[in-house]
Amino acid sequence: MKRVFADLHLCVNTRNQKEAQNLILKAAALGYNLIGVPFAPDTPETEILNLRKICMDAKVDFACRVDLVPRTRNHLIRLLGKLRRRFEVICVICENKEVARQAAKDRRVDLLGFPSLDYKSRFFDWGEAELASGGAASLEVDMKPLLLLEGPARVRLLSCLRREISIALSFRVPIVVSSGVGTELLLRKPRELAAFVSVLGFNETEALDAVSTNPKAIVTRNQQKLGNDFVAPGIRVIKEGGDC
Amino acid sequence: MKRVKRRYLALLMECSTPVNARELSNAIWDAITRLYGEYGASQTGLKILDFNEKKQEGIIRVSLVALQQVRASLSSITKIAGKESAVHVISISGTVKSLRTKALSNV
Repeated sequence: MKRVFADLHLCVNTRNQKEAQNLILKAAALGYNLIGVPFAPDTPETEILNLRKICMDAKVDFACRVDLVPRTRNHLIRLLGKLRRRFEVICVICENKEVARQAAKDRRVDLLGFPSLDYKSRFFDWGEAELASGGAASLEVDMKPLLLLEGPARVRLLSCLRREISIALSFRVPIVVSSGVGTELLLRKPRELAAFVSVLGFNETEALDAVSTNPKAIVTRNQQKLGNDFVAPGIRVIKEGGDC
Repeated sequence: MKRVKRRYLALLMECSTPVNARELSNAIWDAITRLYGEYGASQTGLKILDFNEKKQEGIIRVSLVALQQVRASLSSITKIAGKESAVHVISISGTVKSLRTKALSNV
C-alpha cells in the first residue's frame, strides 16, 4: 500500500495568504499528502477554514494543531479541557518535569515536544517513556534545528536526540518526525527527511513510519473522535431517528 | 575482488542565484564530512557525473552501501557557496540511462 506522507508541523504564516498558499503548494509538490499547521489557541475559526480551503485546492489533507506551553500540571489539564475538542492535533512543549509527566500520562495529548536548544529542559527519560507507552502520546522530533545548527551545538542536539529516540524505541513509543519549517527552501521531501533521521538511530522502516504511518494514525484517530457520529472507540452512530 | 554496486542520483538545486558544478561538489563533500567525518566520506565513492547549470540539475554517482548517508547529507545542505539553497533528489537508479528516462518523466 502506498505510504501517505505527513508533516505535522508546517509553520505557515496564516496572516499572509499568498505566502501560505505557496508553502502549501510546495509541500504538495514535494510529496506530502497531509500537513498539520500550528495555530494559537485563540485563533478565529475563519482563519482555520481559509487554510483548510487552500489545502483542499492543493489536494492536501489538513490538520489544525495547537502547541501548548503550560507552566504547571494543573494549567495543562485546564488547557486540554478547553482545547481538545477544537484542534485535531495537540502538542505539549514540556518545559519542566511536572508538565512532562502529566503530558505523557494524559490520553488527550498527541505529541510531546521539548525545547531544542535547552538541553537541561529535555525531560524524556525512562519514566516518561513508560508513561507515554501506556498513553496515546508520541514523541515529536523537529528537523529545523538539525538543519540550521552547526558544529558543537548540532553535535549536542544529535546526541540528546539519539538517546531519547533509543529510549522511545525500546518502550515502543511512536515517534513523529516533522519539519518545523516556515520557508520553502528548508522544506525537504519525505524520503529525504526519513534518510536524514537515520543519523538519529532509526532503521529505514522506522524512519519512513515516523514521516508517514505514525502522524497519519494520530490525525485519523482524532478526526474520527471529533466527528459527529463518534460515541466511543469502536462505536459510532449509523442511524438516528424514529425508524432505526 | 567483488564488483562495487553503485547508484546514480538525479538532483535538483533550488537556489536564489544559480550555482556551478564546483560549488555543488564542495557543498556535497562538506555536508558528508560534517555529518559522517572523513572516514564516512571516503566510503561514499561520490562523483559528480553531469551538471546542467541552466536547469540546475545534476547527476551524481555513489556506492550502494553509502546511499542513505549521501541522501541524508544532501538533505542537510542549506547553503551552497554562502547562498541559501536546497538540494532535492528527483530519482535514483542503477544505471545512468534509466535514470535519465525516469528523471525526464518525473519533471
